[in-house]
Amino acid sequence: MTAPDVTELQAALLAEVSAADSLDALEAVRVSALGKKGRITDQMKGLGQLDGDARKEAGQALNRVKDAVQEAITSRQADLDAVALEARLAHETIDVTLPPRPRPGGHLHPVSQVTEECIAIFGEMGFTVAEGPDIEDDFHNFTALNIPPEHPARQMHDTFYLEGKDGAAQPVLRTHTSPVQIRTMETSKPPIRVIAPGRTYRSDSDATHTPMFHQIEALVIDETTHLGHLKGCIIDFCRAFFDIPDLPVRFRPSHFPFTEPSMEVDIGCSREGGELRIGNFGEGADNWLEIMGSGMVHPKVLEYGGIDSTKYQGFAFGMGIDRIAMLKYGIPDLRTFFDADIRWLKHYGFVPLAVPSMVRGL
Amino acid sequence: MKFTLSWLKDHLETDASVNTIVETLIRIGLEVDTVDDPGAKLAAFRVAHVIAAERHPDADRLQVCTVDTGEEQVQVVCGAPNARAGMKGVFAPAGTYVPGIDVELKKTKIRGVESNGMLVSEREMGLSDEHDGIIELPDDAPLGAPFATVLGLDDPVIDIELTPNRPDCTGVRGIARDLAAAGLGTLKPFDSAATVEGSYDSPVAWAIADDDNACGYVVGRHFRGVTNRPSPQWVQDRLRAIGLRPISALVDVTNYVSIDLGRPLHVFDAGKLKSDTLTMRRARDGEDFMALVEREYTLDGEMTVIGDGDKAEAVAGVMGGLDTSCTEETTDVFLEVALFDPVSVATTGRKLAIDSDARYRFERGVDPESANWGAEVATRMILEFCGGETSGHVTAGAMPDWQHNIELRTNRVATLGGVDIPAARQAEILDGLGFETETNADVITAAVPPWRPDVHGEPDLVEEITRIHGFDEIAPVSLDRDTALPPAAITPAQLRTSRVRRSLAAQGLDEAVTWSFMGRAHVELFTDDPDTMDGLMLANPISSELDAMRPSILGNLLLAAGRNADRGFADLGLFELGPAYRDASPDGQLLVAAGVRHGNAHPAHWSGAARAADALDAKADALAALDAAGAPTTNLQVGRDAPAWYHPGRSGGLRLGKNVLAWFGEIHPGVLRKLDVRGPAIGFEVFLDALPDRKEKGAARPPLHLSALQPVRRDFAFMVDAGVEAGSVIRAARGAERDLISGVELFDVYDGKNIEDGKKSLAIQVTLQPVDATLTDEDIDKIAAKIVAAVEKATAGSLRG
Repeated sequence: MTAPDVTELQAALLAEVSAADSLDALEAVRVSALGKKGRITDQMKGLGQLDGDARKEAGQALNRVKDAVQEAITSRQADLDAVALEARLAHETIDVTLPPRPRPGGHLHPVSQVTEECIAIFGEMGFTVAEGPDIEDDFHNFTALNIPPEHPARQMHDTFYLEGKDGAAQPVLRTHTSPVQIRTMETSKPPIRVIAPGRTYRSDSDATHTPMFHQIEALVIDETTHLGHLKGCIIDFCRAFFDIPDLPVRFRPSHFPFTEPSMEVDIGCSREGGELRIGNFGEGADNWLEIMGSGMVHPKVLEYGGIDSTKYQGFAFGMGIDRIAMLKYGIPDLRTFFDADIRWLKHYGFVPLAVPSMVRGL
Repeated sequence: MKFTLSWLKDHLETDASVNTIVETLIRIGLEVDTVDDPGAKLAAFRVAHVIAAERHPDADRLQVCTVDTGEEQVQVVCGAPNARAGMKGVFAPAGTYVPGIDVELKKTKIRGVESNGMLVSEREMGLSDEHDGIIELPDDAPLGAPFATVLGLDDPVIDIELTPNRPDCTGVRGIARDLAAAGLGTLKPFDSAATVEGSYDSPVAWAIADDDNACGYVVGRHFRGVTNRPSPQWVQDRLRAIGLRPISALVDVTNYVSIDLGRPLHVFDAGKLKSDTLTMRRARDGEDFMALVEREYTLDGEMTVIGDGDKAEAVAGVMGGLDTSCTEETTDVFLEVALFDPVSVATTGRKLAIDSDARYRFERGVDPESANWGAEVATRMILEFCGGETSGHVTAGAMPDWQHNIELRTNRVATLGGVDIPAARQAEILDGLGFETETNADVITAAVPPWRPDVHGEPDLVEEITRIHGFDEIAPVSLDRDTALPPAAITPAQLRTSRVRRSLAAQGLDEAVTWSFMGRAHVELFTDDPDTMDGLMLANPISSELDAMRPSILGNLLLAAGRNADRGFADLGLFELGPAYRDASPDGQLLVAAGVRHGNAHPAHWSGAARAADALDAKADALAALDAAGAPTTNLQVGRDAPAWYHPGRSGGLRLGKNVLAWFGEIHPGVLRKLDVRGPAIGFEVFLDALPDRKEKGAARPPLHLSALQPVRRDFAFMVDAGVEAGSVIRAARGAERDLISGVELFDVYDGKNIEDGKKSLAIQVTLQPVDATLTDEDIDKIAAKIVAAVEKATAGSLRG
């Protein structure tokens, strides 16, 4: 028996493969060629009747046919798959203008964001954050800050007092963050370099005052810090905070009981067209905006804090967080800060991923 | 403190312009509030000469004038009948704003003739209603000079906001002294020793009662035969310029000396005094006093008065009395020049709510020596303005011992003030301010002048020297750090707070900052024990809605949610991270993260119906906060014992050991009703102080073991009593085979069709993570049986078939 001619078989099968116009038809071709009773399989079974070299030769030929057909099927299958996918996708369509499902997204209050901005800047200068209670005693809020009992600031029209318990001294709501200076001095040794942001309270309520507001305090105590450092620190802060490298900063002599010498600090601004803008508006611009009080810590304050005023000295300053937030972000009305109007919170608020950092820019 | 430029120049020899003076005042710490320059508005109006005036060719009543402005000759068409050649008038060029008629002049043609400005009337300048003709000036009026100068309207008024430490600058002379020291001119001499001899003995004497009152020393002088006519025009002009109303010579003298030298005085009509001795004494509690402003005040025993017999005729340092005040008929006068304790005057003035020029000065502390020289200055003026004669002076008490020296180490100006100033210059500045200095080696000994009670020690002298030298001369020095890189600025607890804040915002809540106060009526809704709130009531609240420190943040957030809902924004979530108060001690202040959700948690949307926020949203918020805070949220115990402001059946607590970390749930409808907030609303409170301190374990995480073996998942549904908590099913399932069960998820809660009343079906999916080898079907069946047994035992339920 001679080896069968497989050329015809291959041609026939390949023709059937190309003619298959669906995956089902292709599968039928595959079964008819390569299945258990398929034509190639049949021929394979017949090889046993051949002998020697002929069997070997015929076997190889059949295997080539088998490979060729298999390859053709795979290729045809890919083509048919692609066509089928295309046909399916042609029916799959959405309205891309549909609003997507809402994802939650809240905001941080400007006071929180600005506080963290301040921390980021002062942090670079080596300050750490100190804290103190809102309800203070007379000593920390007044006496230790060299504010005598008769000082007008201690009067009921400026300071909130709690009713207190019988016999005990009336607690006060801290009128500034300065008592944290005293608490820091009481619990740590120089060198001291802290900032203290927090809520403060004054018995005031009008267009530009609210009974509660926020301050940030800075305190530096060591053996060598002088007025030049105070100026440098404040200038560096103001320029970084407002992101205006040439922001003019002016220091005016003033008076506070807890500092000596004392300075008020102004920054350059323009009020042209009734709009307040912070910045450098050139020589001769005489528009200044006061933003903080500062000075060298009064020796009596150091002594009240338990620090030797003959050895140590330093500076302190304090400013309104709400106020610098208003100036930087163009928020017109202080009272709106505390109203929790959802429209305001979303408009002036900050997304939570915007973490202030000097390295990344505020 | 208001004064005019010309008044300042009484004391200061200077050529400086107003602008320079103002800049210098600000530079040396005398904050200028306003500068009102009445001349500035009129600067364009200048003296002009009318060279020719001819009839307008086309108008009978108009003249065409040629006007010499001093700089050029211009043609002006003028309708005034008195315009004529040779006269001097006031000319405003084109471009000038004319205040009286509110017009900006333009170059124009009037009936065909060019007109380049205006010759103005008094009404046009806004000076009066006079409009019969243009202003006529004397022939010697200087051509081209500003009209304001000719009119005496060029005296700018400067208003200084005085810091409380500068009593010396409550007088014009003190301000002049500061300016002179700052190099702006020379302080003119003032003879404080000149005395006026009296011609008779005063019939009125002083006494100071021994009752610890506010007066330490007082000088008096009697005058007789005076005529209390109006004071001279220049005195009236000055007082008027700074907003004071001239009254009569005697009263004007007291005001003038007060402003000029910072020395308050009082004059009694001696004819109206009932006794021959005026006594400084404490007021009686409830004593009545009729002040010269014709208002009755009730005094108390802390206040000092000047008694005439039994009656208070002045409140010391604050205000005189009506009954002995000077009038036009006054002929005999008794002058009071006293020293009063600043604190007493301040307290009394505050209690009586009287802001007087005297109080303004006494409460800052007047120059003690002025009791003596002030009496002399006033005496001279009274005699000059009113005639008559004066007695010798009478006194009581003693001049206080005010002299003291301060030593200044000259290097302190550099080491504290940050600027190198030679010792000689330091001494020069102090001398200029009236200190008497002596320099030995490196120390300046400075005798403090009596008008500077604010100067106590070395830092004060450093301030005086640096402020006069100029703070601008201090070179800024940036802060150095001890380390190349900054240490962490915030503590782990502060970092935790920041993370909680940002995490809550990421949950879709908007951060609010609300008052630390709330109203007492609302406080009681948010505390278990209202009595503890007694110590947290404000003694002087600004309103009854803000009269207590808040025991919880929730109340304010709920009220805010209500306000937003009333505005039409009902679907919202708010949170606040801030204080709540348990008592008035530092430890009684808690740091709390609280939030509320109101309305829909998910709005109506095409992808699904709206869903109202529920208690489990609050639980999720609380857990998110705790997670951000680093709390072990998988190990918390959930309880149902939230406080009374939560819905009793829809609320819970999260505990770690004994510590309550959070409450969450629906807000009690009764609480919402009392807050007048339409519900429902949900809320949570997370107590950040209750969190355990994070243990420092370093940054490294524990090793991650990834199993090569596939996890296996099996579902179970249990029929349990309706009251059985899902947590007990999950807990029991999880505990059934701790080593292999890596997760239990509750995926169905069902109590509808096919479930008998009082029961419910809970379905869980359990994940088995093989450890050593793939689990066989047999293994899995064994574990499943354990899970079923454990859940059935824990819940008395049964596996659903």
